[in-house]
Amino acid sequence: MAEIVLDKVTKRYPDGALAVQEVNLEIADGEFVILVGPSGCGKSTTLNMIAGLEDITEGELRIGGQRVNEKAPKDRDIAMVFQSYALYPHMTVKENMAFPLRLAKVDNATVEKKVADAAEILDLAQHLDRKPANLSGGQRQRVAMGRAIVRNPKAFLMDEPLSNLDAKLRVQMRTSVSRIQKQLGTTTVYVTHDQTEAMTLGDRVVVMRGGIVQQMGAPQFLYEHPANLFVAGFIGSPSMNFVPASLADNKLQSVLGEVTLTDRIRRLLEGADAPREVIVGIRPEHFEDASLVDATAKTDGGVFTSQVEVLESMGSDKFAHFLLSGEQATSADLADLAKDTGDDTSVGGISLVTRLSASSGAKEGEPSEIWFDADKVQLFDPSTGKNLTYTER
Amino acid sequence: MAGIGGADTTQKKVGWGLLNAVVVAYALFPVLWILSLSLKSSKTLADGNLIPREISFENYSNIFATTEFIRALANSIGIAIIATVVAVVFGTMAAYAIARLDFPGKNLLVGVSLLIAMFPQVSLVSPLFEIERGLGIFDTWPGLILPYITFALPLAIYTLSAFFREIPWELEKAAKMDGATPGQAFRRVIAPLAAPGVFTTAILVFIFCWNDFLFAISLTSTEQSRTVPAALSFFTGSSQFEDPAGSISAAAVVITIPIILFVLFFQRRIVAGLTSGAVKG
Ligand SMILES: Nc1ncnc2c1ncn2[C@@H]1O[C@H](COP(=O)(O)OP(=O)(O)O)[C@@H](O)[C@H]1O
Ligand SMILES: [Mg+2]
Repeated sequence: MAEIVLDKVTKRYPDGALAVQEVNLEIADGEFVILVGPSGCGKSTTLNMIAGLEDITEGELRIGGQRVNEKAPKDRDIAMVFQSYALYPHMTVKENMAFPLRLAKVDNATVEKKVADAAEILDLAQHLDRKPANLSGGQRQRVAMGRAIVRNPKAFLMDEPLSNLDAKLRVQMRTSVSRIQKQLGTTTVYVTHDQTEAMTLGDRVVVMRGGIVQQMGAPQFLYEHPANLFVAGFIGSPSMNFVPASLADNKLQSVLGEVTLTDRIRRLLEGADAPREVIVGIRPEHFEDASLVDATAKTDGGVFTSQVEVLESMGSDKFAHFLLSGEQATSADLADLAKDTGDDTSVGGISLVTRLSASSGAKEGEPSEIWFDADKVQLFDPSTGKNLTYTER
Repeated sequence: MAGIGGADTTQKKVGWGLLNAVVVAYALFPVLWILSLSLKSSKTLADGNLIPREISFENYSNIFATTEFIRALANSIGIAIIATVVAVVFGTMAAYAIARLDFPGKNLLVGVSLLIAMFPQVSLVSPLFEIERGLGIFDTWPGLILPYITFALPLAIYTLSAFFREIPWELEKAAKMDGATPGQAFRRVIAPLAAPGVFTTAILVFIFCWNDFLFAISLTSTEQSRTVPAALSFFTGSSQFEDPAGSISAAAVVITIPIILFVLFFQRRIVAGLTSGAVKG
C-alpha cells in the first residue's frame, strides 16, 4: 500500500494528440479517488499512465515515494479492473483469479486460500469452476474484481468498471466496490464518466475536461463550491440551472426578476473583478414554491411567476420544469457539457428545473409563483467560466 | 403473414437441401469414381461401371509392393510437415507483430507478402531450378521445403493476423497488470486463444504443401525426394503393357487419407467462439 503522486504529468500520443496536460495529483495511502469527466477527457489515459500501460510524455509519477515512470506494469505492483473486464476466456473463474498469484510463483496452498478468500468476499464461491462465457455480466465483473484483490496490490485502478452493467446491478455493485475498498483499505483510483458514481463513491473527486484537471475535492465540496461553470454543470443531478444575468448596483437582473445581492455574495464578488454580464447558477433545491416561504425570506430572495411545463412528483418532493423566454446562457464550458450529454437541441428559451416541497400546490400547465434563495446563487464569468463567488468555505 | 412465412421456410428448407445435395454430389462424384477405379481389378478397369462388379484390393497391394510409392509417401509426409511447422511458427510471430505493433515498414512487409502469395509459381520454376542446382539442393528435401515455405508463409501470416486481430487487446494489458512479462502474456494468454487460428492455418498450409505438383515435378529428379503427386505421374503399372490407372487411383485414394486425418485431428481443436466471454457482459 502506498501513496501515488502525479507531478505535472503530461501525455502526448504519437499522433500529436495532447490527451492529458500537467496533471498534479497526490493520492494518499488508502484513499479512494475518482477521476470523472466526459468521455475523451483523458481519464483512461491518466489511469493507464499510472498503470504503466502508457508511457508518460512529461512529468513524474511516484508510487510510495519512488519514481516509477520507467517501470513496467508488472514491477509497479498495481492491479487494474477493466471496463470490459478482460477475463481470460480459456481459464475458469478460479484460474482467472489465481493467475496473478501463479505468475508471482506463490505456493499452491496460499493460492488456494487467497482465491477462496476473494471468492468469499465477492460471493463467487459456487462459480469457481465455470468459464467466463457462462457467467452473467455482474458475475464477470466480480471475477475481474477478484483477480485484482487476490494479490494485495499497492493500489487498485478501475476504468469504468460498472458501466457495462444494467442500472440496478450498477447501484448494487457500487455499494460493494465501496465496501470492499473500505475493508481492504487499498489506495484506489477509479475512473467514471458518471457523476452519480463519482459523488457516491469517492473520498475525493477529480473533475477533468479536455485533459486538464478542473477541480478536485470532496464530493460535497465540489457540489457546493464548483470552481467553474463546467464543474458546476457536471456535478449534480438534475444539474444546476444557468441563466444569463447582468450585475449593477449590487442588484442582479435576469428573467428570474431582480434580486439584491446578499452581503455574503457581495463580499465574495469584491475581489473577483466581476464583469457586468454574468451567468447565474442556481441548484434545483434552492427554489421553492413561493406560497410556502415566509414573508421575510420571500422579500430577501427572488420571485418569478411562470407556467409549469412539466411536474414530476417524486413523493418526497416535486420537480417542476419551466421554460422561460429569453436567451440561453452561452459559454464554452456549457457548450462542452451539452456536447457530452448529447443535449444540443436549442429549446428556444431558458429551461429551468426546480425542486419544490411535496406540499407545493403547483400544477402542470398552470402558472406558479416560484421563489429562490438569493444567498445560494453562484455567479460565473461567461468568458472564462470562472466562479466569481468561489470560496473555500 | 406468419402462416405464409411458415410455408415459406419449409419450401426454403427443401430448396436448400436439394441445392446442397447437388453441390455435394458434384464435388464428390470424381472422388467416388477414383475410389471405384481403385477397387477394380485390372480386367474390369475399363468397364465404365461406377460400382465395381467385384471388389479387389489388387491395386493397393501393388502400390505398396513397390518402394517407389512408399518412398514418395514418406517424402510427402516429411516435407509437408516440416514446411508446415516452419511456416506456422514464423507466420505466428510475424502475424502477431502485424496485428499488435506499429513498426516502420509494417505496410511494406504486408505488401511484399501479399505480392509473394500472388506471384505465379510457374514463373519461378526455371529460376528455382537453376538456383537449386547451383546450391546443390536440387532433388533434396530442403529443395522442396524452402519454396513451400516461401509460398506458405504469406498464407500463414494472412490467416493468422486475422485471428490475432480478433483477440481483445485488453487481455494482454490485463496479463501485464497481473504481473506477466510480454513473453508470459503471449504464452499463457494469447497463444491458447490463438490456437484455433494456428490449427486452421496449419491445415491450410499442410494441404498446400501436400497437394503441390508443380514444384514437386520440377525440382526433383529421383525417388529420393519425389513426393506422391509427382510420383503418381511416373506410375507405369506392374507390367509395361498394363494400364496404370488402377494403381494411380489407389495411390490417389491413399494420399487423401492423411489430409482427412489431419483435418479431423485439428478440427476438434478449432472450437468456435473460444474467445467469447472475454469481454463485456
Ligand atoms: N492510442 C491513442 N492514440 C491517439 N490518441 C488517443 C489514444 N487514446 C486516446 N486518445 C485520445 O486522447 C484523448 C483522451 O482519451 P481517453 O483517455 O481514452 O479518454 P476518456 O477515458 O476520458 O474517455 C481522446 O481525445 C482520445 O481521442
Ligand atoms: Mg475511457
